[in-house]
Amino acid sequence: MTMKKAISIACTAALATLSAGAQAQVSGGVVKIGVLTDLSGTYSDLAGSGAVLATKMAVEDFIAKEKPNFKIEVVSADHQNKADIASNKAREWFEREGVDTATELVTTSVALAVMKIAKEKDRIALMSGPASTPITNEQCNDVTVHYTYDTYALANGTAKAVTKQGGKSWFFLTADYAFGQALEKDASAVVSANGGKVLGSVRHPFPGSDFSSFLLKAQSSGAQVIGLANAGADTTNAIKQAAEFGITPTQSLAGLLMFITDIHSLGLKTTQGMYLTEGFYWDLNDETRAWSKRFFGVQKKMPTMVQAGQYSSVYHYLKAVKAAGTDDTKKVMAQMKKMPINDFFAKNGQIRDDGRMVHDMYLMQVKKPAESKYPWDYYNVRQVIPAAEAFQPLAQSRCPLVKK
Amino acid sequence: MEIFGVPSALLGSQLLIGLINGSFYAILSLGLAIIFGLLNIINFAHGAQYMMGAFIAWLALTKFNVNYWVALIAAPLLVGLFGVILERTMLRKLYKLDHLYGLLLTFGLALIIEGVFRDQFGISGESYEVPDALAGGINLGFMFLPIYRAWVIVASLTVCFGTWFMIEKTRLGAYLRAGTENSQIVQALGINVPLLITFTYGYGVALAAFAGVLAAPVFQVNPLMGSNLIIVVFAVVVIGGMGSILGSIVTGIGLGLIEGLTRVFYPEASAVVVFVIMVIVLLVRPAGLFGKA
Repeated sequence: MTMKKAISIACTAALATLSAGAQAQVSGGVVKIGVLTDLSGTYSDLAGSGAVLATKMAVEDFIAKEKPNFKIEVVSADHQNKADIASNKAREWFEREGVDTATELVTTSVALAVMKIAKEKDRIALMSGPASTPITNEQCNDVTVHYTYDTYALANGTAKAVTKQGGKSWFFLTADYAFGQALEKDASAVVSANGGKVLGSVRHPFPGSDFSSFLLKAQSSGAQVIGLANAGADTTNAIKQAAEFGITPTQSLAGLLMFITDIHSLGLKTTQGMYLTEGFYWDLNDETRAWSKRFFGVQKKMPTMVQAGQYSSVYHYLKAVKAAGTDDTKKVMAQMKKMPINDFFAKNGQIRDDGRMVHDMYLMQVKKPAESKYPWDYYNVRQVIPAAEAFQPLAQSRCPLVKK
Repeated sequence: MEIFGVPSALLGSQLLIGLINGSFYAILSLGLAIIFGLLNIINFAHGAQYMMGAFIAWLALTKFNVNYWVALIAAPLLVGLFGVILERTMLRKLYKLDHLYGLLLTFGLALIIEGVFRDQFGISGESYEVPDALAGGINLGFMFLPIYRAWVIVASLTVCFGTWFMIEKTRLGAYLRAGTENSQIVQALGINVPLLITFTYGYGVALAAFAGVLAAPVFQVNPLMGSNLIIVVFAVVVIGGMGSILGSIVTGIGLGLIEGLTRVFYPEASAVVVFVIMVIVLLVRPAGLFGKA
């Protein structure tokens, strides 16, 4: 081999590396986002097809605005709220289909299962739907982002506000499984810390349909506030029946996990005056309205905080991939944690070491029917809970990744 | 006054609520028992048909401004007609086969019906207001009884005993019972047995829809409302004795009461108590409490 030839080969090789670098080291030139959600069950209204839509909107907007030099694909699947189905799908996506991140993941059991697989396969789990705090505490890992809300933030928002406004004695109606018990525990702590007292609780089987017996128990406890530590149809049925049995005018209800879709399905007549904590409301400002109206145009429903958070988390992820110039899990995670989040969903949002994305939360009160001027005009914002107060402080974290 | 450490007022109210839930169980299990007793079909679509009744009432009110009282008659008729079509086009072909085929067919139908409603209306459900004439409640001293719940007891017990009377005491009922015993001889006497059977399925399905309309103002109307309830109702039918008309009514009410009591003393067990009783009954009396072995 002549000297000249050797040099030319070396140069070609160098050029090839350079051009690959400029092309960004995205594996296969494609970033693949998997939306693993409940498309048919209890949570399909609050996450479901709306979350898939939000993901597609994020990808479209990202391509239009940021003009990335990689392709983006979105795949979706129904996990039916079953951890085993979710695990199998996530494994298949990561191992065989080159999916870079599994997103949404509503239902705690699903979230906990998938985040372990993501860790094992070195991919990213972006969680907008699940609620439980163990995701960023005992079970935390460095490939998971818990984005929209959690049970701590809900209890902290709603239970604190209601207790401070004079609802000093509480009785809990709790769904008898891990999530309900976690929510009751978090809320009880908040009630006691704010000078309130928990008189008792009743655990109802999950899922239930008739809550009148449990409600009468709560009524006879004489508590001022009945805390609903349940979700979905259990909550809506309990609220409806509380009104029927004449409990609500004398005792008040606090729904600890409610979404705008629940308010929509129950109607303002039944839910007026209730407090709830949300991470997002479509009617906050021009930015939220503009995005939500686009969403409404397709879905015919206003977005829940889970769906809005899904958009924001996917967009943030894509931005991090572009900035890092790679889809390598470690580098993208580092980039995501480095960049603040500023969009219609969050202002100065930040992802902490435990994987918790902290942002402002909102304490809402449901409007009276007469106050509601147009469709989906449901909330009065009673308080903006600053990011620093809304979520569990890092000092209390039980996550081993947090350096103390 | 306290009974086993529970204030008697609370106990009284829980028993009353048990009676209300029991009336729902009774009317649903009655429909199932009639269909099983006379057609030998295990109607797994019963929960979906109950849900259809509730949804038709809701649709009638919100889209066509049809009130509750009209819906209470019209929804069962419509869903009953739907049942007649099912029987004529599909179930009819399965009578000579094993029970399992009827069960699979109706289970599949239930999944399809629920899927269609879920796709159309979402999962959160819709609210149906209590009709004005039945709004409000009475203070009984030991509890506040919503008038609507009292109406549920009256309406469902009337329909249950009316049905029982029709099947056990009238000529039409006698034809029905004879037709299931030996359809060939009855047919030889000039009675149109296939028509009777179609009518029976339609009636059983209509009962489910009637319960659905009754339930609409009490529960959130959602596509899965029936599938949550149907398993308990099957247990009621098994405890009462498959196909026993009176058995299903009495057991429905009785289990509602027992469930109510369980909610006072050990609420966590209230979802399983019915099944525990079912196991015991099956061990002691395999044909059910009212069944003929």
